[in-house]
Amino acid sequence: MKFLRNIFDNAHHKLNKSEKTKKYFPLVDALDTLVFTPNHTTQKGAHIRDAIDLKRTMMFVILAMIPCLLFGMYNVGHWHYNALGETSTLLDNFLYGALKVIPIIAVSYAVGLGVEFIFAIKNGHSVQEGFLVSGMLIPLIMPVDVPLWMVGVATIFAVVIGKEVFGGTGMNIINIALTARAFLFFAHPTSMTGDNTWIAGIKGMKENTAKIKELADNGKEIPQSLLDSPQLFNYGTADSVDVVSGATSLGDLATAKAKYEEAAVALSKGKDDVFKSLIEEGDKVASKAVSLSDTFWGIEPGSVGETSAFAALLGAAFLLWVGIASWKVMTSFFLGGLSIAGLFYAMGGNPFYEVDPIHQLMYGGFMFGMVFMITDPVTAAQTSTGKFFYGFIGGALGILIRMGNPAYPEGVMLGILIANVCAPTIDHMVIRANVKRRMKRLKTA
Amino acid sequence: MSKTIKIRRGLDVNLLGEAEKVIADAKRSQIYAINPADFHNMTPKMVVKVGDKVKAGSVLFKDKYNMDINYVSSVAGTVKDIVRGEKRRILSVLVEADATDEYENIDISNVGNLDASGAKSFLMNSGLWPFIKMRPLDVVARPEDEPKAIFISGFDSSPLAPDYDFTLHGKDKEFQAGIDILNKLSKGGVHLSLRNGNSDPALKNAKNCKIHSISGPHPAGNVGVQIHHISPINKGEIVWTVNAQDVAIIGATALTGKYIPTRLVALTGEKAKNRKHYRTLIGTSIGSIVEGNIEGENNRIISGNVLTGGKVTSEDYLGFYHSQITIIPEGNEFKFFLSNGWLGLGFGRFSISHAYPSWISKSKKFKVDTNLNGEERAFVVSEEYEKVFPFDILPVQLVKAAITDDIDNMEKLGIYEVAPEDFALCELICTSKIQSQEHIRKGLDLIQKECM
Repeated sequence: MKFLRNIFDNAHHKLNKSEKTKKYFPLVDALDTLVFTPNHTTQKGAHIRDAIDLKRTMMFVILAMIPCLLFGMYNVGHWHYNALGETSTLLDNFLYGALKVIPIIAVSYAVGLGVEFIFAIKNGHSVQEGFLVSGMLIPLIMPVDVPLWMVGVATIFAVVIGKEVFGGTGMNIINIALTARAFLFFAHPTSMTGDNTWIAGIKGMKENTAKIKELADNGKEIPQSLLDSPQLFNYGTADSVDVVSGATSLGDLATAKAKYEEAAVALSKGKDDVFKSLIEEGDKVASKAVSLSDTFWGIEPGSVGETSAFAALLGAAFLLWVGIASWKVMTSFFLGGLSIAGLFYAMGGNPFYEVDPIHQLMYGGFMFGMVFMITDPVTAAQTSTGKFFYGFIGGALGILIRMGNPAYPEGVMLGILIANVCAPTIDHMVIRANVKRRMKRLKTA
Repeated sequence: MSKTIKIRRGLDVNLLGEAEKVIADAKRSQIYAINPADFHNMTPKMVVKVGDKVKAGSVLFKDKYNMDINYVSSVAGTVKDIVRGEKRRILSVLVEADATDEYENIDISNVGNLDASGAKSFLMNSGLWPFIKMRPLDVVARPEDEPKAIFISGFDSSPLAPDYDFTLHGKDKEFQAGIDILNKLSKGGVHLSLRNGNSDPALKNAKNCKIHSISGPHPAGNVGVQIHHISPINKGEIVWTVNAQDVAIIGATALTGKYIPTRLVALTGEKAKNRKHYRTLIGTSIGSIVEGNIEGENNRIISGNVLTGGKVTSEDYLGFYHSQITIIPEGNEFKFFLSNGWLGLGFGRFSISHAYPSWISKSKKFKVDTNLNGEERAFVVSEEYEKVFPFDILPVQLVKAAITDDIDNMEKLGIYEVAPEDFALCELICTSKIQSQEHIRKGLDLIQKECM
């Protein structure tokens, strides 16, 4: 310890020697305070302080994300090998997933912390811990095949526009990680949604398979190099492309819903046969959506860390146990989603709406959002009563956008972002009620 | 007696180093000091010069903006020095004590028949007035005000605080005499709050006052909390508060005609030896109590309790309102993050957060030091202060209004009801290490300047 301490003391000493190097203080300080809790003592006010600090709080949130991360890595490998039609062991799956996911994590942290350091040096303050969590959340909500440069650009956008322009950690209005995702979602939609993003390597597989098919159809010779390509559906089963669509369950369900809507139009025009075939097609697509147990455990394609409701719930249990996340927000978010899903379920009319409400909530990023996104204390409502409204709005809007909006198969991200934007207004209402109570007392007194 | 008021939100800070319930006489300090800084926002106007002879109860200085309020010497002796700081601000008036005390004669012939203004001038002339503080603002009361009521807290719930049942035991007569005088000052009468409605007979059997029963963890003993739950202060209203031990001093003076500001000072804290209650006078030197009673070096000596007290050295003097000295180790060392730093297991470290295992054993007594345990950050974690803040007030929003000098919002959010001490627990448990007591004090200063 002494040896480490000396290194930092030396570094501080050297930095302080000249005015030029002094401004790089945050660099050394950030590392120093990471390794050593500083020797600062209380000077004013209470002489003793709770042992908790922001670093520990943030680190505990990261710990809570580990089940999601580990399962996500496994799941990436699982779907990759599944698409290839190859059998693989648990370790194969996990290692392949780790190889795909770790670079995304590395880029997210490197870029995000880089931006934080630049702002810290420029503004002369120490580096705050907020990005420790955001840097881990960003990889977990990206499709596995997202290009790394996009992760970098999105992270820069999120940290600068989402946070630093408002004054840094603790001042942001919307969730940083979701800002990164939303940025890519709208700027590069083809890399963020559709059938070619959720399974590692599926785009290449599809292209190669299509090429081979085309060559074979035209009676041309297929080059051996193409056949040996690792990015290839198992060619023995030529139907693989159809079997593995690469869409998420929500994508499938949304497609089914669209088919039903088309069918309704056909019916109104009196085209009975078209109606029937469309309904059949819809049912076929809908049947690809995974079962409740699969989606609960997380065996489905999707963003890296979001698929497993079970892993998210493990994280939730930990966060509630240590009291870092708010049970009020989590519960009301769940109830908000449940009530809208229940409403659509009661309405019925197509396979998407007819999914059991609980099953509906297990799909996509709802559970992950409930545990790690909506609970972000900075962007959530701050008041106790406000938290119930805030969570409910987030959950309800998320499911409403998911099920009602034809453009996006998943709406949790947007639901949470809108709730973030509403949070200050909700707080304002709660605060006003408190103020009113005091005014009333004055009048009656 | 009315129904028990239950305080649910709060926190009893269990620390090592309680004072034994034994009274010892502290040795007579060579120098006694009255520090104008103890009376927040008061500007002193000196009456004595260096070298003047004074008696116990002789006026040392007056409030420059209210020349009726006298601040008097605790002992007989010679004015040794008037210590000045920046801009010649008077920090301290030192009196070198004679071997025995001579007392100023205070006229008590018709104390029993005084009216309100008579009682006021009795208290102001005799130097007892500074014991009366006012809410809002938490400063020495202004005699021209018409207070809604006078509140006395019958117990101190702060960490390691002296037990009033012990320190006031046997002072039935003095306490009653004090209450009788205070009773003349306000039409709303005197309110006395007791823990669970029970107490030493000196307090419990007090007459001419309304007795309330309060239960629950700290800050249940804070008079501000009691006022909030009994009769909250609205804008424009004023309440006066007196510390229970000071009521006895007021009473003793009214009975004897002599100003004898006796304090039973509890010597507490992990690093204090011979932890007892020391009988001494207000303004005594810290050294006269702690000398030879400190274990080891590198300690923090606090005049008062660990939440609201002042940082002192053994060359300093006991705060005017303080009846406790706490000695705990300084925490001015680096802590490696995995062993005893921010990511360690942290057994035995004091924390309200479940991120540390200490909450499992609730009755455990903790060792604490003065390390900040982190660095100051922006507000991140929410609904933290609410856990230990038993007011119908939104604490974080109020602190934010105070930080931004937003008078309008401070008024709306309830600044008139709080004192810095009410935020001490918030400050203690804050993840972001925000100095909320200081922010609230600055907010109150602004309110005093602009609105009062």
